[in-house]
Amino acid sequence: MTTLGTRPLDSFVDNDQKPVGYGRMLRKEDPRFVRGLGHYCDDIQLPGMLHMAILRSPYAHARIVSIDASAALAHPKVKAVVTGADLAEKGLAWMPTLSNDVQAVLATDKVRFQGQEVAIAVAEDRYAARDALDLIDVEYEPLDPVVDARRALEPGAPVIRDDLEGKADNHCFDWETGDEAATQAVFDAAEVVVSQDIVYPRVHPAPMETCGCVADYERVSGKLTLWTTSQAPHAHRTLYALVAGLPEHKIRVVSPDIGGGFGNKVPIYPGYVCAIVASLVLNKPVKWMEDRSENLISTGFARDYLMRGEIAATRDGKILAVRTHVLADHGAFNGTAAPVKYPAGFFGVFTGSYDLEAAYCKMTAVYTNKAPGGVAYACSFRITEAVYLVERIVDCLADELGMDPAELRLRNLIRPDQFPYTTKTGWVYDSGEYERALRLAMDMVGYDELRKEQAERRARGEMMGIGISFFTEAVGAGPRKDMDILGLGMADGCELTVHPTGKAVVRLSVQTQGQGHETTFAQIVAEELGIPPGDIEVVHGDTDQTPFGLGTYGSRSTPVSGAAAAMVARKVRDKARIIASGMLEVSVADLEWEKGAFGVKGDPGKSVTIQDIALRSYGAGDLPEGLEGGLQAEVCYNPENLTYPFGAYVCVVDVDRGTGQVKVRRFVAVDDCGTRINEMIIEGQVHGGLTDGVGMALMEMIAFDEEGNCLSASLMDYLIPTALEVPDWQTGHTVTPSPHHPIGAKGIGESATVGSPPAIVNAVVDALSPMGVRHADMPLTPARVWDAMQGHPTPPV
Amino acid sequence: MQVPAPFEYRRATSVDEALTLLGELGGTTRLVAGGHSLLPMMKLRLATLDRVVDINGLHDELGYIRVGHDEVRIGALTRHRELLESEELAAAFPIFRDAERVIADPVVRNRGTIGGSLCQADPAEDLSAVCTAVQASCVIRGPDGTRTVPMEEFYRGPFETAVGDGEMLVEVRVPVRPNGSSAYEKVERRAGDWAIVSSGAAVWLEGDVVADARVGLAAVGPNTTAIEGVADVLRGHEPSEDAYAAAGAIAAERCSPVADLRGSVEYKRHLADELTRRSLRRAVARVRGEEG
Repeated sequence: MTTLGTRPLDSFVDNDQKPVGYGRMLRKEDPRFVRGLGHYCDDIQLPGMLHMAILRSPYAHARIVSIDASAALAHPKVKAVVTGADLAEKGLAWMPTLSNDVQAVLATDKVRFQGQEVAIAVAEDRYAARDALDLIDVEYEPLDPVVDARRALEPGAPVIRDDLEGKADNHCFDWETGDEAATQAVFDAAEVVVSQDIVYPRVHPAPMETCGCVADYERVSGKLTLWTTSQAPHAHRTLYALVAGLPEHKIRVVSPDIGGGFGNKVPIYPGYVCAIVASLVLNKPVKWMEDRSENLISTGFARDYLMRGEIAATRDGKILAVRTHVLADHGAFNGTAAPVKYPAGFFGVFTGSYDLEAAYCKMTAVYTNKAPGGVAYACSFRITEAVYLVERIVDCLADELGMDPAELRLRNLIRPDQFPYTTKTGWVYDSGEYERALRLAMDMVGYDELRKEQAERRARGEMMGIGISFFTEAVGAGPRKDMDILGLGMADGCELTVHPTGKAVVRLSVQTQGQGHETTFAQIVAEELGIPPGDIEVVHGDTDQTPFGLGTYGSRSTPVSGAAAAMVARKVRDKARIIASGMLEVSVADLEWEKGAFGVKGDPGKSVTIQDIALRSYGAGDLPEGLEGGLQAEVCYNPENLTYPFGAYVCVVDVDRGTGQVKVRRFVAVDDCGTRINEMIIEGQVHGGLTDGVGMALMEMIAFDEEGNCLSASLMDYLIPTALEVPDWQTGHTVTPSPHHPIGAKGIGESATVGSPPAIVNAVVDALSPMGVRHADMPLTPARVWDAMQGHPTPPV
Repeated sequence: MQVPAPFEYRRATSVDEALTLLGELGGTTRLVAGGHSLLPMMKLRLATLDRVVDINGLHDELGYIRVGHDEVRIGALTRHRELLESEELAAAFPIFRDAERVIADPVVRNRGTIGGSLCQADPAEDLSAVCTAVQASCVIRGPDGTRTVPMEEFYRGPFETAVGDGEMLVEVRVPVRPNGSSAYEKVERRAGDWAIVSSGAAVWLEGDVVADARVGLAAVGPNTTAIEGVADVLRGHEPSEDAYAAAGAIAAERCSPVADLRGSVEYKRHLADELTRRSLRRAVARVRGEEG
């Protein structure tokens, strides 16, 4: 009998359709994941491996008076305790962040957020390492914390970053985009102006697998191997080389299977650096794995934008301009992961999907006594905030005008003939058929019928809401001329080798965290070469085995590395064509490619398959003159522009009048990500993002009390949605290929996370609108909805 | 992974042995049943114990639901899942199934026990409100024999009960009275979350009028307690929206919630009112056979 346990792994890859190229197929990586055979950081066991635990600050802001580790060091299983002072001796107490700020590896002078790293203990097992933390005696002198970003710049506010020379306030940076004067002029002349304060609260990626690593410095070879939860192994390797002074060719960074990233695993955390230091000092492999609370209180959060949105329009609903002022809370260190020239990420696309006359944004970022970060959390570098702002404010305008929000959007969407469309903040949207997508979503959901049903229910006193959002994303960072992270250009390499028997291996820099890279990239190569995806191995996540590239985040894998995979396959095909001409004894010009084989034009019987060609390329006998043996190629793809996926979402909610509970009854998501490689993977990405959107809209927030204590330090306090909170997602799609991408594909990974929160909030506000509610901030917990129903909606911070 | 501080682990094979171990060991010794409250507290090092005595081996002895003519007896080691799935219990007291449907998640329900839930004495604990509504009593066994404590006297404060050192809760007893039914209403931020507020109600009718009614509210005070005065406004009256509203008003007034991330005091008082009405309404409908 064949059971699940005895079936060969390969057999699970079988499909009904078995596409050789694009098409719906089961994921090649799933057999190991669904059977518990994934291999994660914490699965790594090395001989003699030690375990590290981190002592963290209980205070949000305090001076370190003294640290006494003698009792911990006396513990029989403890091998080392390292403090900030120890690191300072080696010049390693501080490290650069991804935004050219510095961050303490271990605190030396002060602690600046609750949960900040103060010391490490390394011991023979995890229990002893944790026990040792209780034996380290730290004397703190508590300082007043800065918790409310609105008060960070007040005169007399405690200065958090006194480590920065001459720093006398908590100002982090200012940033602006658009034309202030032109926007002012439009607002001055506009018939209708609506403004609204809108908060996008601090949330957390909360991946199922927390962050961690195993550092193994091998003294004989002088080589450091770091298995780590990294979304960007190559970038991390270069940064370790630059920061720690280790030669880059003696560093190998490996991302094994990653249990979810969502941006949480883009930064370099102090724990990684400490584990490396510990391995160097002790000459042993050292493992560090965060626990859940550590992950929630200390690693990269997201959002935390306090926004004032303004919109100007004509009385009949032509949107003229959007303006926003943003106060950005960056926590204690600016750890934002974004291209250097974009301190606010891609927030500049707050103009949304509308044809405007003017737009302007002014942002002030501040330091507070909270965890650093501001990472992309499935947000495409702050597009989540941008889309939420514009889609919320458009609904406020619809309310002001007494106009249906769908109608208002249809009247203002950028038209197909306007692409490529340059926004008033300078972004060049590559392609779009916006109205088609919105009309499809409205048809799928039965928009007009829903409005009728809503009217009937309202007459009965029931609270039903319908919410729409239309979003345009900007993903696939990015063109080297504009985009780099700490000086590293955002181009991706790709290497492809076809073995003699026609099987292939493709090597890429982007590390999957659940997106299905091992399938998608195999399908891209399959589409170009006609080799079945099952015959193509995707190698990734290991810097010793893959070409350089910037990693997986910001929905950039398919737009950048996917393009590289197509280009490298075409390069191989070009070589194969020359070999085929020799095999068939015809000129290259007489060959035609039919997926998987070259044939002779006009002679249907004469052809050679890619597998035949592969064997020939390594085999005996001459190759066409000037050709080297073997069938392989490499490329480095530098994107010409970002890709701009878009979508139209409609959400239907019911609100319990007596309790304020929100039930998401229906959700229709129409996405356009250009060329679709694997429908099943795309749908999976969308389902996940929509679920995430329910979480952010209805329950997720990292909260603090007045002392700066994090109130969301466990998954009992930081709620993420379950299957019971989500409806049966209805997905649809249109296809508008990207004109500049080799295969016309756009990113899809974050579309739903970006697009769904405004749809849900708009639906809840719509349900509450008969009570005069025009806005309520996330998370729309029952209590917050009820507050809004009572006429006093309050911001969450 | 969060790891607890060192502790000694012992396993009991009978109630007598468990009591002996509790008596012998002294120090901070706790019983562990399902472990879904105690173990996280130990891992977070909120609880540092010298020893735990594992009583999961006592399921044969303490895992039962016996629905009798006058009384339902539930063994302390009965799992949430068993409470959820018992048709007999649901027929006598549907409030248990109502509550179990919204307690935590299947993983917790597979392990967690009624005894552990009551002894944890979390102010937001659901079964405490259920047992309060149905006027349960707790059978506590110690070295000197057993004693029975009504729910009103079981709680001594947040996370404190009448179960003394060296004692253990062995059984929960619920009196069965004619023409009664019950219901549970809970508002939570998300499935599996602790209650923002929940209300358990039990109602007994005599002809068309209410003979008795009880309401227990969770998460609106240091402990779950019966809301006194509810019976007074209902007893002798025909169930009506006005009567429910009067009961709800009493519940809102007499509870003592505190503001937290789950909601303001005002909102919680409102929920106490709203859920009291809903649970009473549903319980009455069930007595009348109008709702399952």
